[in-house]
Amino acid sequence: MTPASTGEVVVAALLLASGALVLTAALGLSRLPDFFQRMHAPSLANTLGAWLVTLASIVHFSSLDGRPSLRVLVINALLAITAPVTTMLLARAALFRRRLAGDPLPPPLGGDDVPRGQERR
Amino acid sequence: MSSFLAAAIAATLVLYSLAIAMAALRLVRGPHAHDRVLALDFLFAVALLTLLVLAIRYGSSMYFEAALLMALFGFVGSAALAKFLLRGEVIE
Repeated sequence: MTPASTGEVVVAALLLASGALVLTAALGLSRLPDFFQRMHAPSLANTLGAWLVTLASIVHFSSLDGRPSLRVLVINALLAITAPVTTMLLARAALFRRRLAGDPLPPPLGGDDVPRGQERR
Repeated sequence: MSSFLAAAIAATLVLYSLAIAMAALRLVRGPHAHDRVLALDFLFAVALLTLLVLAIRYGSSMYFEAALLMALFGFVGSAALAKFLLRGEVIE
């Protein structure tokens, strides 16, 4: 067993942090009561989660190749452009569909997981 | 690669798979169509991160291209689905 170098400890810490963050995002996605609250959760994975993995990858491959390896940043740039667009489109679609369905907007605090008419007020 | 880093990567992948399971639950349960689109978008994001972690695990930069494509197609798919939910057709 080879001892872990400082770079590997940094990479491991960054990866574990991103894992915890993505799990938090998934928890939010599955547990929050209303769609507009649930929309907030995945952006955790799209922003800080992706950045942590990117940093880990940069540290790992830079120490592996012996020179700065910054190719991964392209993925982050792409995510930074596309994630807000998707979120805006989805929010508008949800707003449109729920207005069409006659749902009360802003939604009740109980959320839309419970059938209509049985929400907590 | 030290066994410490390998263990950390394995733990990260376990955390990711838990996240995927939860998102898949939301994908199946709904309750609305836009919930399912949101869950699918999140699944794409986690798959992309998984590919990046696998790139570190196997020390190969071949995974980057796959991750890039994943980001691109995730965006195209989610945008098209959101547009469909908004308008009833994708290309007008």
